[in-house]
Amino acid sequence: MDDPTLLARRGELVLSLRGISKHFGAVSALTDIELDVHAGEVVALVGDNGAGKSTLVKILAGVHQPSSGTMRFGGKEVTLADPGAALSLGIATVFQDLALCENLDVVANIFLGRELGPLGLDEVSMEIKAWTLLRELSARIPSVREVVASLSGGQRQTVAIARSLLLEPRLIMLDEPTAALGVAQTAEVLNLIERVRDRGLGVVMISHNMEDVRAVADRIVVLRLGRNNGVFTPDASNHELVSAITGAAENAVSRRSDRRRAMMPPPAAGEEARP
Amino acid sequence: MSSSNLVDRGDERLKQSVGVRGAIRAFLDRVRSGDLGPLPVIVGLVIICTVFESLNDVFLSSNNLVNVLYDSSTIGVISLGIVCILMVGEIDLSVGSVSGFASALLGVLWVNANWPVWLAVLAAIAAGAAIGFLYAQLFNRFGMPSFVSTLSGLLAVLGLQLYILGQSGSINLPYGSPMVSFGQSLFMPAILSYALVLIAGIGVFATGYRTARRRQAARLSSRSTASIAAVAIVLTVALEASVFYLNLDRGVPWMLGFFLALVLMLHYALTRTRWGRSVTAVGGNREAARRAGINVRGIYTSAFVLCSVFAAIGGVLSSARLASASQQAGTGDVNLDAIAAAVIGGTSLFGGRGSAYSALLGIIVIQAISSGLTLLDLSSSLRYMITGGVLAVAVIVDSLARRSRVSHGRA
Ligand SMILES: Nc1ncnc2c1ncn2[C@@H]1O[C@H](COP(=O)(O)OP(=O)(O)O)[C@@H](O)[C@H]1O
Ligand SMILES: [Mg+2]
Repeated sequence: MDDPTLLARRGELVLSLRGISKHFGAVSALTDIELDVHAGEVVALVGDNGAGKSTLVKILAGVHQPSSGTMRFGGKEVTLADPGAALSLGIATVFQDLALCENLDVVANIFLGRELGPLGLDEVSMEIKAWTLLRELSARIPSVREVVASLSGGQRQTVAIARSLLLEPRLIMLDEPTAALGVAQTAEVLNLIERVRDRGLGVVMISHNMEDVRAVADRIVVLRLGRNNGVFTPDASNHELVSAITGAAENAVSRRSDRRRAMMPPPAAGEEARP
Repeated sequence: MSSSNLVDRGDERLKQSVGVRGAIRAFLDRVRSGDLGPLPVIVGLVIICTVFESLNDVFLSSNNLVNVLYDSSTIGVISLGIVCILMVGEIDLSVGSVSGFASALLGVLWVNANWPVWLAVLAAIAAGAAIGFLYAQLFNRFGMPSFVSTLSGLLAVLGLQLYILGQSGSINLPYGSPMVSFGQSLFMPAILSYALVLIAGIGVFATGYRTARRRQAARLSSRSTASIAAVAIVLTVALEASVFYLNLDRGVPWMLGFFLALVLMLHYALTRTRWGRSVTAVGGNREAARRAGINVRGIYTSAFVLCSVFAAIGGVLSSARLASASQQAGTGDVNLDAIAAAVIGGTSLFGGRGSAYSALLGIIVIQAISSGLTLLDLSSSLRYMITGGVLAVAVIVDSLARRSRVSHGRA
């Protein structure tokens, strides 16, 4: 896994987690998680629904506090008491639920908590910067003075991504950033991920789309039921990845593809529904 | 500059709203989608004035309007606090009691204990701040709903007020003192009132013009100089006419000037500062605000403290207006009027939406109804019923507008 060409390309270690666990009452959402992210590296975090990916992202964003474990950021051990602490360290996050204020307009959302001119808002500079960020993402947003409530899911996702780029972070985490995006915009976001990686940022990306993951990830970290379940390179086979994600060599995905291969032409609808 | 060159007018789906007709169309679009702003309350005010003036032509006399505005200033200040607390989506039901307690404290310290008046006023305001801080702690640390904490505060603070007033139950403030003249007979010189309106008009034009210039320089769409000037001129003429009408009688009360200054300051703070943005964000989506790194607890604390401070200032003003601090101060309809004014003026009960101007417009509506019914010699029973009805209408408008915003994707 630590093949020399990869090691050479990576920068210094930005983030390093050891033994991170998180309990919600009786539920252990995360157990003993290890994760390293280097500067200039894209780490894809994959796993089934409920594997704990979003919980891990929220811990790194300071939204939740871990039940145990240590976190090192930029070589120093840190504890993130609240989201403000994570932001000021340079950890930016695009949350799965986006976390936008629907009653504020696009500019206000992008600059929320970091407005220019605290005692006399500089709306003109903020609007210009907002347009610049949105252009960078090839956003299709007609007006930045509309409230976020009036935007489509994909437009909101773009706003959330633009927001995360504002503060020049050292680590950027995107929780299913392309889930609501169209084809062109997805490509644009993937380009963006490569661009920020080349700028030397660490990137953690969560996605269910293996094609996207392979396209940009330098390493693929698999979570299963809240535990580490292997680290892969993008050239790992689909079969390997799927069995790490689902936890079995024989699983719904492989059964499905086997069945497809066995039955040509494709099966009737009634048969398809049965496992 | 052709509009397609502008940074924010590149999208072909955008309706180009240029010129006066465009501005009117944009306004109608906003209203239709439930973004009503101050429109309902202005319509309501026109209806109220028409009805009462047709029943009794003293209603719109300068003398009566001066009284209405003078009376509006005290509860209006309390209502500004309600705007702050509603903006974060919470409520304070104890503003009446807090204002009564502040006026009692003023009487006890100033008249009975012979403190200098300014120190007594400061103490009353500090007491208000302490009460608000307590509510904030109960809310932040124990998650106590503001509805409950301020309801118990309503009783507890009323108890405090009765306690410090003691047996006498009422303290008369000295007639002829600057405090009492401020509350009863201090009016601006006519020339000063005209000058202030003119300055306000020039200020509106200057800020509008400067913003438009900066936006032009940054290649953003901007309002034309003509339209900025038109708005400023219409505003100035309307205000000068109102001031002229008031000057036919005693003129503009200094207390009204003080209230208007507070309205402008709160408006600036809510719309032009990071604090105001944070307040709006917390009221709209508390968790999103927290994830943006906003100190959400601090924002709640500031809102609770401001609300009680405005209530205390309002209490001081009312005792100056009545020249007394009594057990009745702050009881009765003060609480409801202050809350109703903010809601009638268009501040949403659901949080994240509102304006300092809503306190001004709402309290004028309430005082106008009250004055009109008094002129008609109708009992307070009817006054309560009508004010209650107007409040109900205002809440219905708020809820319907919210529903309309949801269905137009603007909630
Ligand atoms: N705030 C919470 N309270 C209780 N349980 C939670 C909470 N957040 C997540 N969980 C639980 O943690 C597990 C992991 O969830 P999540 O991290 O959202 O998964 P993923 O993003 O990988 O789909 C789930 O079983 C979920 O029910
Ligand atoms: Mg998730």
